[in-house]
Amino acid sequence: MFSRILTSALFAGAAAGLIAALLQLVFVQPVLLHAELYESGELVHFGAEAVSAHPELPGMFSELTRDALSVIFTMLTYTGYALVMVALMSVAEGQGHTIDGRTGVLWGLAGFVAFHLAPGFTLAPEVPGVAAADVYARQVWWFATVAAALVALWLIAFGGNLISYLIAAALLMAPHLIGAPEPDVFTGPVPTEIGALFAARAFGIGLVAWVLVGAFAGYFWQTEGKRAAATA
Amino acid sequence: MATQTKTASAARTGFFPVMFAVVLGLGLITLTGHVQAAALHDAAHDVRHATGFPCH
Repeated sequence: MFSRILTSALFAGAAAGLIAALLQLVFVQPVLLHAELYESGELVHFGAEAVSAHPELPGMFSELTRDALSVIFTMLTYTGYALVMVALMSVAEGQGHTIDGRTGVLWGLAGFVAFHLAPGFTLAPEVPGVAAADVYARQVWWFATVAAALVALWLIAFGGNLISYLIAAALLMAPHLIGAPEPDVFTGPVPTEIGALFAARAFGIGLVAWVLVGAFAGYFWQTEGKRAAATA
Repeated sequence: MATQTKTASAARTGFFPVMFAVVLGLGLITLTGHVQAAALHDAAHDVRHATGFPCH
């Protein structure tokens, strides 16, 4: 049974991760490189003169090692997501729920909400150079928020009564009412236009990638199950 | 147990395989997204930003 989880998750995570990485390189990386011109001080916002919004950026794929590392780490990250998702899918299937590529889309949406939207609702995706509180404090808040959202979404999906929906709503809101670690002062040199675009793009690619993880995970979980049943 | 696993898709997955997969998955996410060791941070820098992890 473990090999079925592992095989489905590896296929789903690697495939979705590869697509996510390529989408990030096309849509997110140029925004990140643009922001780094401000982070490094090469461009200065609110200086004496207006700054062009279209500077010369390093060409796409100009830094092969950097981009290759990004692809590898995105694939690893999404394989991690897929392992968690397929393990939970197997539990849901054991309780009589259908798991396939189609229902997997819902799982992907839930994963996006739990791992991207819930923490990003207060700790917005950071463009390089922004001011932020201590990284360890933010990581603790990040993990706690993701855990609370996972429990909440499970209750919404499988709870089936008013009490569980109310608990889910409380779990979804609590981290944001308590508040994430915030910086004491603002020091970000990056124009707000770039920061907003970066956050929007990060969420957009995250949504696409998560829906793909869910659909692939559901699909491979089902086909691996059929294959195992046929050879048993 | 042996009779359960043979009815592949209908079988309940055991507690330990599920827990092991979840721990392995969270371990991967921690490694790629959160460990602050310099080499890991530099290699994963762009991914951490693009994926919305707290980076530095």
